[in-house]
Amino acid sequence: MFFFYLALFLICLPVHAEETVKIGEVNPMSGAIGRYGTTCHQGIGLAIDQANSSGGVLGKKIALLTEDNQSQPGQTSTIVRKFVTQDKVVAIIGDLTSSATLEGGPIAQAAKIPMVTPLATNPKVTQIGNYIFRICFIDEFQGRVMARFALENLRAKRAAILTDTKQDYSIGLSGFFKATFVQGEGEVVREQSYSSGDTDFRAQLTSMKAAGPEIVFVPGYYPEVGIILKQARQLGLTVPFLGCEAWDSPTLIQVAGKAADGCYFSNQFSADDPSAVVREFRKIYQERFGSLPDNFAALGYDAVNVLLDAIKRANSTDSGAIRDALARTKDFPGVSGHITIDAQRNASKPAVILAVKDQKVQYFEKINPD
Amino acid sequence: MSRSLLNLVFALVLCASISFFGENFIASNFAYYYDILISIGVNIILATSLNLVNGYTGQFSLGHAGFMAVGAYASASWSNHLDPIIFGIVNGSGNPVATNAAMFVSMLFAGAMAAIAGFAVGVPSLRLKGDYLAIVTLGFGEIIRVAILNLDFLGASRGLSVPGTYTNLFWTYGSVVLCIYVVLSLVHSTYGRGFLTVRDDEVAAEAMGINTTKYKVAAFVVAAFFAGVAGALYAHFKAFLTPEGFNFFRSVDVVVIVILGGMGSTIGVVFAAVLLTILPEALRGLAHTEFVPAAYQVLLENRLILYSLLLIILMLTRPQGLFGDGTAFKKWLGRSRAD
Repeated sequence: MFFFYLALFLICLPVHAEETVKIGEVNPMSGAIGRYGTTCHQGIGLAIDQANSSGGVLGKKIALLTEDNQSQPGQTSTIVRKFVTQDKVVAIIGDLTSSATLEGGPIAQAAKIPMVTPLATNPKVTQIGNYIFRICFIDEFQGRVMARFALENLRAKRAAILTDTKQDYSIGLSGFFKATFVQGEGEVVREQSYSSGDTDFRAQLTSMKAAGPEIVFVPGYYPEVGIILKQARQLGLTVPFLGCEAWDSPTLIQVAGKAADGCYFSNQFSADDPSAVVREFRKIYQERFGSLPDNFAALGYDAVNVLLDAIKRANSTDSGAIRDALARTKDFPGVSGHITIDAQRNASKPAVILAVKDQKVQYFEKINPD
Repeated sequence: MSRSLLNLVFALVLCASISFFGENFIASNFAYYYDILISIGVNIILATSLNLVNGYTGQFSLGHAGFMAVGAYASASWSNHLDPIIFGIVNGSGNPVATNAAMFVSMLFAGAMAAIAGFAVGVPSLRLKGDYLAIVTLGFGEIIRVAILNLDFLGASRGLSVPGTYTNLFWTYGSVVLCIYVVLSLVHSTYGRGFLTVRDDEVAAEAMGINTTKYKVAAFVVAAFFAGVAGALYAHFKAFLTPEGFNFFRSVDVVVIVILGGMGSTIGVVFAAVLLTILPEALRGLAHTEFVPAAYQVLLENRLILYSLLLIILMLTRPQGLFGDGTAFKKWLGRSRAD
């Protein structure tokens, strides 16, 4: 049996399908965060199919090679090695997490194959090298946007911050929020922290209530935030809570119920965005998959389209030419806003602010990068 | 020089020459296969060393990934902080002599740290038996992972980058050879018969005047050392570590290899490590070829289910392990029922 598989394995040399542009996709489609990878894959697949049905790119069909890294460390580097040496892809989309991109990125960089990550927000990702790009905005921008939103739209001067010290992401956002808020003549009256997995936040919330904030910024993930909101309202802390894209889940509303009303959070994308391009995307996506597109689907969709646009502008499938074209991406009309790739290969684009009203998440407004 | 020692030297020379002449060729032309080769080597070391504890000594440890994590993070920290000072290697690039020396030192450090951890865990917990030992080792693996998650200088949940990819075929397969040699020599030596007596009948062994705890701790420390070395190889190959890579499931992967290979059968475990590393990748490879008719492609798209099914079939048809003499496995089954 063993030799049978070994033999099969050895003869599995890549079969050359002629005249296609090969793009590799690596995403966590099973395992701990399999749900996110799956919707991201749906967005990516949709974009590829749309491009193929309108004639592909440079007169060739696009072949998407999808590999699942099972949300497991150690897999992404193997997959990227497979993409660059076995499949000879022209570019790679993925991974949607920072840690997997940090693992696979150096290999793509060494092989000089452009890698476009939909949602890896860690600043270090694009510092790997000049072939690594991202389609999402980074934490610094998000923290700044929420601080400006609190100062300008909510006219708040006194803020409290509740940070998840176990998540680097949360620590980063709190820092950027505080810096901008203080710069805008605001005052941070209380800072408290918790750890992912905690279920009781009454001590922190009581201390915050005593300080009398006008808003509370909680850059945490939805499982805890749902409970935080509920407990805050029980303790009589009724001011608006502000959050980040990690709030974006129906679970948050289910857990918090009425307690979530009057809160705001920033996001990469909203399916309720009234712009024409989003309405169109939402319609097609819903027809095909039966659910509303989320962040992951939208950014996967945008990642493919930005890449294809770059291939068209480069008018070549040469990796170097694609890289240069990607770096020159300017005002690309994506579903998550107009995307410009800056000098650090990060996307500069608007953030969407969502409001919770009557236990429903609604599109509130868009804040452009400054 | 005894015959087995001669074999060891011969195997090491072979690894060195393959690495010296073929390394660059394979790594640049067949990077994907190279990646799998290194993973196979790492898995062989993990499984062979765990086999000393779970197979030959009859204990049930579920914490091997914890020792691997200790080794991986120890060697990564060593390389990050001390290589520039000791060997003058900046960002992983230096002359081959320096990088290989650095790799050797960091591997030794990784093994030593893991062995110390193995000793620290082993001494109190190896007085326990059967399921209780399994629970303690499982707990240890989780403690290591959570500790790393909370240690900022190890990168916490962000993960830790390791500059340079020092791992090559020589260090990987040299360690494989050394690990197999050490385990086999230990077990077949006069001293090592003690491991087998602990497995076969602990009460009788004690009656014969064998210090069973000492033997268990010895097996544990040796296994932890090699798990640490495997961690160092992994760290310097993947160049990026996250605590999630060393969770409970990584330990279970190794245990599966040992059980499938046959507890107490080194050759079986080596083959199982090769098979179980190649199998998922082979299924991945098949998914995009025309060797498989379209109707069966759906099976390959769900290759993880297929992989699990194959494991179940293998276990049903070869419960004693691929090559194993069934005694150890039956013994363990019998014992866990009795406890």
